[in-house]
Amino acid sequence: MTVTMSGPLPDEVYDVVVVGAGVVGTAIARELARYPLRTALVEASGDVGDGTSKANTAILHTGFDAVPGSLEARLVREGRDRLAAYAEECGIPVEPIGALLVAWDEEQLAALPALARKAARNGYRRTRTVAADELRGREPHLGSGASGALEVPGESIICPWTTTLAYATQAVRSGVDLHLNCPVTGVSESSARSPRLLTTGRGTLRARWLVNAAGLYADEFDRLLGHTDFSVTPRRGQLIVFDKLARALVSHILLPVPTALGKGVLVSPTVYGNVMLGPTAEDLDDKRATGSTAEGLAFLREKGRRIVPELLDEEVTAVYAGLRAATEHDDYAIRSHPEQRYVTVGGIRSTGLTASMAIAAHVVELLTEAGAKVGTARDLLPVTMPNLGEAYPRPYQRADLIGADPEYGAIVCHCERVSRGEIRDALAADIPPSSPEGLRRRTRALGGRCQGFYCGAAVRALLDASGADAWSSSRTEAAR
Amino acid sequence: MSGELSSSTPDSTPGSPPSAGAASGPVPPPVPGRRERAVDVLVVGAGPAGLALSSRLAASGISVEVVDREDEPGGVPRHCLHSGFGLRDLRRPLTGPAYARHWADTAVRAGAVLRTGVTVTGWGDGPPADPPAVDVTSPAGLERITARSVVLATGARERPRGARLVPGTRPAGVFTTGELQRTVHLHHRPVGRRAVVVGAESVSYSAVRTLRDAGVEVVAMVTELPYHQASPATALDARLRHGVPLLVGARVSELVGRGRVSGVALRQLDGRATTVACDTVVFTGDWIPDHELARRGGITLDRASRGPSVDGSFRTDRAGVFAVGNLLHAVEPASTAAREGLLAAEPVLRRLAGGPCPSAWIPVQVEEPLLWVAPSRLDPADPRVATGGFVLRTEGRLGPWSSLVVRRDGRVLHRQRLVRGAVPGRTVRLSAAWTAKVRAGMTAAVRDPDGGPVRISVER
Ligand SMILES: Cc1cc2nc3c(=O)[nH]c(=O)nc-3n(C[C@H](O)[C@H](O)[C@H](O)COP(=O)(O)OP(=O)(O)OC[C@H]3O[C@@H](n4cnc5c(N)ncnc54)[C@H](O)[C@@H]3O)c2cc1C
Ligand SMILES: Cc1cc2nc3c(=O)[nH]c(=O)nc-3n(C[C@H](O)[C@H](O)[C@H](O)COP(=O)(O)OP(=O)(O)OC[C@H]3O[C@@H](n4cnc5c(N)ncnc54)[C@H](O)[C@@H]3O)c2cc1C
Repeated sequence: MTVTMSGPLPDEVYDVVVVGAGVVGTAIARELARYPLRTALVEASGDVGDGTSKANTAILHTGFDAVPGSLEARLVREGRDRLAAYAEECGIPVEPIGALLVAWDEEQLAALPALARKAARNGYRRTRTVAADELRGREPHLGSGASGALEVPGESIICPWTTTLAYATQAVRSGVDLHLNCPVTGVSESSARSPRLLTTGRGTLRARWLVNAAGLYADEFDRLLGHTDFSVTPRRGQLIVFDKLARALVSHILLPVPTALGKGVLVSPTVYGNVMLGPTAEDLDDKRATGSTAEGLAFLREKGRRIVPELLDEEVTAVYAGLRAATEHDDYAIRSHPEQRYVTVGGIRSTGLTASMAIAAHVVELLTEAGAKVGTARDLLPVTMPNLGEAYPRPYQRADLIGADPEYGAIVCHCERVSRGEIRDALAADIPPSSPEGLRRRTRALGGRCQGFYCGAAVRALLDASGADAWSSSRTEAAR
Repeated sequence: MSGELSSSTPDSTPGSPPSAGAASGPVPPPVPGRRERAVDVLVVGAGPAGLALSSRLAASGISVEVVDREDEPGGVPRHCLHSGFGLRDLRRPLTGPAYARHWADTAVRAGAVLRTGVTVTGWGDGPPADPPAVDVTSPAGLERITARSVVLATGARERPRGARLVPGTRPAGVFTTGELQRTVHLHHRPVGRRAVVVGAESVSYSAVRTLRDAGVEVVAMVTELPYHQASPATALDARLRHGVPLLVGARVSELVGRGRVSGVALRQLDGRATTVACDTVVFTGDWIPDHELARRGGITLDRASRGPSVDGSFRTDRAGVFAVGNLLHAVEPASTAAREGLLAAEPVLRRLAGGPCPSAWIPVQVEEPLLWVAPSRLDPADPRVATGGFVLRTEGRLGPWSSLVVRRDGRVLHRQRLVRGAVPGRTVRLSAAWTAKVRAGMTAAVRDPDGGPVRISVER
C-alpha cells in the first residue's frame, strides 16, 4: 500500500495517472483499481476530499430535475443507484428521508405538475403531489403560506466525507498509489512510444494515460494540454449549519421550486443530526473564495425564516461555503482526447457527489474506447468505514464495542460524542488526516456546537502526538 | 485518567433492578451489556455548583453520585490559573485549579461518589418518567441510572465564531477563552504571536492574561459597546500597565487569512472600516448555557437566558429534576455557582422526603432593556427564593439611581434603586424580599394563581 505525503515520487511508469482526489478523482481511482493497471492518484492538497467535495449540501439526488437527455441526467441517475448500494456495503451513512418541493404561492403550485413530468422524462416516476394540509401534517414547523408540495421520496442525505474516504481507501488498498501534497504544474508532449512526463511540486511522474479530475481547476489543467472548450466559473454556495437541537423541526429535505435563477435555498437534515440552510449561488472569479459574507448569511437567514421560522431561534453550529465548478455549458464537460491518451472530467457542478461512481465507470469506458488496454475487471475487497451517522449506532452507544475496548467509551469531543478510540483509529488509518479539519471529516471531532471550547486543545494534542505532520513516505516502504 | 475518584464503587450488578432507596416505578427492560442502577441523587456536572451540592447532600446521609464527562473534576475553574477564586466564599485567595480541588475534596470527604470520564448522554426512553432516569457512557460501559432526583449542573460556554455569524474564511488560530485557557494551561501548547481579543468583559481580560502568560502580544481588544464591561481596575491595568489598546464601538465584520488567520476586519459604528493584522483571534463572552440535556429531557427553558426555567428552589418543570449553577445564568462567578449548590441541597432533600411538586408556577419576566432574569418562575405555594435574590442582565446601560420595578397585574410589588447603575454583561441583582407577596392565601389581588406573570422593568 502506498500513500505518500512528501519526498520523491516513485520512479516508475504508471498506466494511468488521475489528477485530483476529490470525490470524482477518488471514484475514478477506485474504478481503475478493479483492473490490472498501475494507477496513481495525485492531489495538490495534503488530504483527499479537501476541495469542493468537502463543502456541499450532501444530498444523494435522484436526478429528477436534471436536464432530460443530458449526460449529467444519465450519470446522476446511474450514480445514485450505484452509490446507494456502495454506501450500504461500506457503511457510508445514508438516510432515505425523501424531499418535498414546497410551493409558496399559486404560481409555484402551478409549476409542480410540469416538474413531475420532467422527473418522469428523467426516468423518475415516484413523485406525488401533496396537498397543503397533508404537507402541514408532515412538516408542522413549515412557515405559513406553504400551499402544497411535490414529494420526491427517493432523495436521500449522505455523508460526503466518508464517501470520498471510502473510495480512496479502497483504491489504495487495492494497489493504487496516492500521492498527496503533489500539485501537477506541467505536462509534456506524449507519443505512442514514450510516456508523458508530469511536472509536480514533488518531482516528475510518468504516465501512459492521463485523467483530469481537477475540479475547479479542470479548465486550467486542460489548457496545459491545449484545450479551451470550457472554462470554470466558481459558483459559491454558502451554508449555515444549525444545532442538533433543531433536528426535530425538519423531517424531509425541503426544496424550493426551481426558478430560472437556480435551484434556490433548501433546508435539510444532515446525517450528523444537524439542520442545514443553503446554499447561495454567486458567480465569482476567484477559485479560492470559500469565505462566507455578511450579505450571503443575511440572505440565507431571510429565506430560512420563511421556510422554517423556528429554525432561526436555534443556535448556529457552523457556517461554510463551497464552490461549484460551473461552466458555460449546461451539462458536464467530460471529453476524451484519444490522440493525447487523455480524458477530461470537467464541469462536475452541483451533482458530482451523487454521480461520482457513474462518472468513474464512464471514464473507464472512454479510456477503453480510446485504446487503453485495461484488462479484465475484478471485484474489490470490501471496506468498512467508521460510522459517522446518527441513524446508526455510534461507538459511544455500543456496549459490545466498549466492552471489547474501553477507549470507545472515553468521549473526547463532547458535543459530537467522539471517543478516543475513534480518533486513535482515524490517526492509524490507511489514509490518516493531516490537519484538525481532516480529523473532523473522519470522526466529527471538533465539528459540534462548541467548536473546540471543551475539546479543541485535547484533540489537537492527540493529533500532534500521533505525529500526523511528520507522517510521510517512510510509511510506504514499511507497508509494502 | 478516568473512573471513580472516591473509594466507594457504585453498587450495582449487571441487569439487576434498582436497589433499595429507589422510588418505585416501572423498571425498563434491561439492554444487553447496559448496567441498570439506582441512586438517591444523581448530579450531572462536577463543577463548583455540582460539587458543592453533592458535598452538602452527602453530609446529610443521602446517597449521591456526581458525574462529569471530563477526566478531572472541578469544571471551568480547572483551567483558570489566576488567583482570586475563593475570596468570596472560602475567605482565602485560591487559583482556579486549587478552588476546583477544594470542592472535589469536600464532596468526596463528605461521602459523595465522584466519577469522572462519565458522560450523561440522554434520558431513559419513553415519556418523561418520575423518578427520572439517565443514560451514561464511560470506559466502563453503558449504564442507565435511575435517581429519585437528578440535578443538572452542566455549566455554560462561550459562543464560538460560527454561532456569532462572523463572516470570512475559516482559518486556524481562532479560539474562545475556554479553548485558549485549556490550550495554554492544561495542554501547554503554543498559541500564536499577535492576538485580537473580541469582547471587553471580565472574561475577556482573563483571556488577555492567559495570552500574556503564553507570550502572545495582544494587539487590540474590540467591543461593540462604547465602553468596556469589566471592573475599572482590571481595565485600567490592562490598558496602562500592559498597553493593550481597547477599540470601542467596533464590530468584527470579517476574518481574513488562508490556513492561518492573518487579520480581522473591523467596522466602526460610524461606518469606518479597518483591518488589524494578527495570527490569533479570541472570541470571549457571549455565553450560552449548556442546556442540551435539559432540553432533551423536555424541560422548559427560559427563552431569554436559554437556561432551564427554575423556581426559587431550583426546581425545573420536570418532576424530580433540579438545575443549578451557570446553566441557569451564563455566567456568574464560581462562588455564586458553589453557593447555589449548597443552597439547593435543602430543596432536593425536601423532594426526597416526599415534598409536594408544584403543578403551576407564576412566571417572572423582564421588560426591555433587561435581557433575562433567573430564577424565572415562582411557586405560588412556596415562593421563597433560596439564594435570597434574582440575577438579571441588561442589554443597555442603566444610569445610577435608575430603579428596578416589580409588578404583577399592574400592581407594584417592589421597587429597588440601582445606586451604581448597570452595564451589559455584568450582574444586576434584585432582592427577593417581595416574593412572599405572591403566596397563595394573601390578599385577593395578588393571590390569584391564574393572575398574570410578575414583570420586572426599569424606571430611569
Ligand atoms: C454548495 C454546493 C452544494 C452541492 N450539493 C451537492 C449535493 O447535494 N449533491 C451532489 O451530488 N453534489 C453536490 N455538489 C457538487 C459536488 O460537491 C461536486 O460536484 C463534487 O464535489 C466535485 O468533485 P470533484 O472531485 O470534481 O472536485 P473537487 O472536490 O474540487 O476535487 C478536485 C481536486 O483536484 C485537486 N487539484 C486541482 N488541480 C490540481 C492539480 N493541478 N494537481 C493536483 N491536484 C489538483 C484539488 O486540490 C481538489 O482536491 C454541491 C456543490 C456545492 C459547491
Ligand atoms: C473561560 C471562563 C473564565 C472564567 N473565569 C472566572 C473567574 O476568573 N472567576 C470566577 O469566579 N469565575 C469565572 N468563570 C465562571 C466560573 O468558572 C463559573 O461560574 C463556574 O465554573 C460555574 O460552575 P458550574 O458548576 O455551574 O459549571 P462548570 O464549572 O462549567 O461545570 C460544569 C461541568 O459539567 C460537566 N458536564 C456538562 N455536561 C455534562 C454531561 N452531559 N455529562 C457529564 N458532565 C457534564 C462539564 O464537564 C463541567 O465540568 C469563568 C468561566 C469561563 C467559561
